[in-house]
Amino acid sequence: MKSDSVILSGKGVAKIFGFGAHKTVAVDHVDFSFRAGEVISIVGESGSGKTTLAKMLLGLQTPTAGEIYFEGHLRDIRSHRQKREYWKNIQAIFQDPFSAYNIFRRIDAVLLDCIRMRGGGRLPYEQKVEMMREACRFVNLKFDELTNKYPFELSGGQQQRLMIARIFLLKPKILLADEPTSMIDACSRATILDMLMALRTEIGMTPIFITHDIGLAYYVSDSVYIMERGKFVESGSADSVILTPREAYTRRLLNDVPKLHEEWDLSTV
Amino acid sequence: MAKVILEVNELTTRYITRFRESIYAVDHVSLKVEDGKSLGIAGESGCGKSTLALSLMGYYFAPLYYTSGEIIVDERHITGMDPDAVRKTILGTEISYIPQAAMNALNPTRRVINFIEDVIQAHRPQTTKREIYEMARERFELLGLPAEVLQKHPVELSGGMKQRTVIATSVILSPKVLIADEPSSALDVTSQKMVIKMVMDLMEKGIIKALVFITHELPLLYNVTDDIMVMYAGQVVERGAAQEMVFDPIHPYTKALMGSIIVPEAGLRNVKLAAIPGTPPNLKKPPSGCRFADRCKFVMPECRAASVDLRDIGAGRAYRCIIPEEDLRRLYKNEK
Amino acid sequence: MRHMLRQLLQSGRFLIGFGIFASILLTVLIYPLFINDPPLEIVSRGTFLAPGIYVNVYDSMNFSTHYTLILDDAVAQRVGARLNDEDRLAMQEWLLAAGVLEGEINIEDTAALIELWNSNFDPSVRVPGMTNADRNYYIRLTDSLEGLLATEGAIVAVPNQTTGVLEETGVINQSDYVNIGEVPNFRVLPLGTDNFGRDVLTELVSATGTSLTIGFVAGAVATAIGLLLGLVSGYVGGFVDDIIVFITNLFTVIPSFVLLILISFSIGQEQRGAFTIAVVIGLTSWVWTARAVRAQVISLRNRDHVNLSKLSGHSIAYILAMDILPYIASYVVMALILQISSGILAEAGLSILGLGPRTTEVPTLGLMMNWSMIYQAHILGKWWAYFPVILVIALISFSMNLMNTGLDRVFNPTLRG
Repeated sequence: MKSDSVILSGKGVAKIFGFGAHKTVAVDHVDFSFRAGEVISIVGESGSGKTTLAKMLLGLQTPTAGEIYFEGHLRDIRSHRQKREYWKNIQAIFQDPFSAYNIFRRIDAVLLDCIRMRGGGRLPYEQKVEMMREACRFVNLKFDELTNKYPFELSGGQQQRLMIARIFLLKPKILLADEPTSMIDACSRATILDMLMALRTEIGMTPIFITHDIGLAYYVSDSVYIMERGKFVESGSADSVILTPREAYTRRLLNDVPKLHEEWDLSTV
Repeated sequence: MAKVILEVNELTTRYITRFRESIYAVDHVSLKVEDGKSLGIAGESGCGKSTLALSLMGYYFAPLYYTSGEIIVDERHITGMDPDAVRKTILGTEISYIPQAAMNALNPTRRVINFIEDVIQAHRPQTTKREIYEMARERFELLGLPAEVLQKHPVELSGGMKQRTVIATSVILSPKVLIADEPSSALDVTSQKMVIKMVMDLMEKGIIKALVFITHELPLLYNVTDDIMVMYAGQVVERGAAQEMVFDPIHPYTKALMGSIIVPEAGLRNVKLAAIPGTPPNLKKPPSGCRFADRCKFVMPECRAASVDLRDIGAGRAYRCIIPEEDLRRLYKNEK
Repeated sequence: MRHMLRQLLQSGRFLIGFGIFASILLTVLIYPLFINDPPLEIVSRGTFLAPGIYVNVYDSMNFSTHYTLILDDAVAQRVGARLNDEDRLAMQEWLLAAGVLEGEINIEDTAALIELWNSNFDPSVRVPGMTNADRNYYIRLTDSLEGLLATEGAIVAVPNQTTGVLEETGVINQSDYVNIGEVPNFRVLPLGTDNFGRDVLTELVSATGTSLTIGFVAGAVATAIGLLLGLVSGYVGGFVDDIIVFITNLFTVIPSFVLLILISFSIGQEQRGAFTIAVVIGLTSWVWTARAVRAQVISLRNRDHVNLSKLSGHSIAYILAMDILPYIASYVVMALILQISSGILAEAGLSILGLGPRTTEVPTLGLMMNWSMIYQAHILGKWWAYFPVILVIALISFSMNLMNTGLDRVFNPTLRG
């Protein structure tokens, strides 16, 4: 599964909002290189710049400085056509399923978009339905019960699964999952994570988790990047970063999370 | 045996929708919290834990209605009291409630101290502003909050600070019971820890006598409360001491819930998480038998036949399943 | 969507507003089906005929059967119409001033009063304190008393074609009646006629139609421009946004009504059709829509569903149309309703100033106000020439604002107090 080829990397990537006195550095010249096939987590508290970084990786926001390389080549997504090409390779799952769907579009339309994106726009309708049915089966949803429904008629967990069905149809090389389980219940969380991992094996993609939950990062990922105020303060394999943290910030973050087998030290606040 | 501060017997409350349908979100719930103890309530969203928190105040407003049962705070029955009397003599002085988005409840145009003045003067109209200030300052310092906060507007405070301010204010009259509904889930881990520290301090320093803590975050509950009660579809499915509930769950639902905990600890990486397929039942038409039957791995035809009672097995432990404790444990062992 | 509709139907405000508006609209549509007189046709010689039923006198004498009705109060009413209580008091006053003793005057007894009057009244006598107008009034009064108490019928005579001598053709008795349904020519003028002698009701219905059209066109133009600029400016951002915001600010600081006056004036009388005026009104009132839409779009453009749509490879136009527009549609509909209502008011305002549409083709509510103002209907007390117009304008505005508040409560339920 793992390989040595770097799928996404960045050099001095920065995002600065505003000018002069109102300048906010959201992402402060970070370097990274994500290897294909690895599960990567970017962990940070709110305001650490992790969501801004995710949006730049997705190409939804333009970096103020620095370069992003995709599969070794400098990424160029200035035109709409180039963006479309890029988005065939990189997709996302958002935090809040209730706001991630257009409430005026049916579930079929959402899935058909994905088929069209993969160049299947001209396929006969029966074949499209079969593809959608397969995708829904993968995430344990019944397509025939969903057709002509709207996403908001589903529960949060089901909507998030539908999001995964979307990814199943799109088969991107990279999946950016921005807090994919923070809005759903613990029981559904296991289902979602299982499905994401199964999907990773199925289509051979590289998942990048953006999360504030260091437990989740440890649980799912191979490599962990800890982000504080726009910078990566520590990175490495999940075991080394979480079990033997070197940086004070990482240690504090770990210390602040309630655990089961360790005493939660409340005196250190 | 310590004195019981909060006792709830068979409390049932319901929502009445715009279409005149009743939703029994809290269905015959009983609980007891002794002096100096804390109770955690866990469950998925929609299981009725937030409604229970609201219902425990004894103060009901549309669309939530009291149906039956009793709430006793320090030997005083508050069910059946006049709502106005509840508001004036119970809320804030006997029971305080912190809702989920409490920190957004502060009026942005007023200083923190004005807010505290309102709270105190509602109960003790004769108190002067000077006295209130002294009282607030003392209390804030006791809880490790800087006194300058009192003179600030809410926008000048960070999320965690705002939440701690709201909590400190809501217990300014030293209520016996504090009900906290997800007081820290919108916050970063560091702020969350500060909020939790403060809530623990309230207990330790004797400002409150009993705590009811509601959250879906199980590791948090495990570290904060003495007892844990798990709710599903408006009913209590299992309750017991926190340690036992987390490491030795009896009910299949509790078992799955505890099996889905993720914490950053060695040995927990990539272990199989427990998942429960399906969705909770519609409370407008709850199933006649066990409400968890549709999602349960060990479901039998008998499960759906009649409603299942909570089985009390001593030492505060109870569970709602027709399969006996030992058989369930055997089933879990065979699974592995 | 269906849920919203159901809520709308439960909203009292919306229903009342919609009811008023729909009945105005229906009247405008149905009225011409039954009465298709040209709205600007001059039907009367002489201005400001009071509201009423106008029966052709010639036809009622010559072409309809006369019926005899024995009505006891017919005489009293006939006399009363000529000689009312005020006239009687005036006569008493004159007689007293002329030296007749108070005991001799009985103003209740018509026959005695007229006899006393005829024997005493002399137009040349000057009573102290009597003005010229008073004197003329008394002379007119005396003339009208002529034959008031006569019991014989009126003789209808036509001149002989050859001799030119009048020949009696019939007698119309005091107890003769015609059935109005048998009179070939009569005209109902429910709101009388205006200063040019035109039927006010027909004119008003036509004017309401024109004004509503102007409102709709102005509203549509303003909303279209505002929506387009707001969407583009809010979504695209950057330099494009800066330029659009600059233009919008420019239009905000110039009072739009002044701009409207200047444009209307410079277009000239010849070019000012109703449609042109509507477009001009639309062109000057899009600013608030643009600003509001821009603000809404800015709050929407970073939402996840828009991001998802981008990631699905949709174009900007598609995203604007499918992911942004539906979310602000309710808002735009409300803005449109307000724009229509203010468009109608703006036209009225312009026309009162004499800068409205060209006068010879179509009436508008504003023009009707303008005409009645120029011909001093309000001073002369000819209420039917302007009051119905004001009422219609007020009802249109009122109903649209009611609909708007109703919509607002449904679309923004959190604001419900």
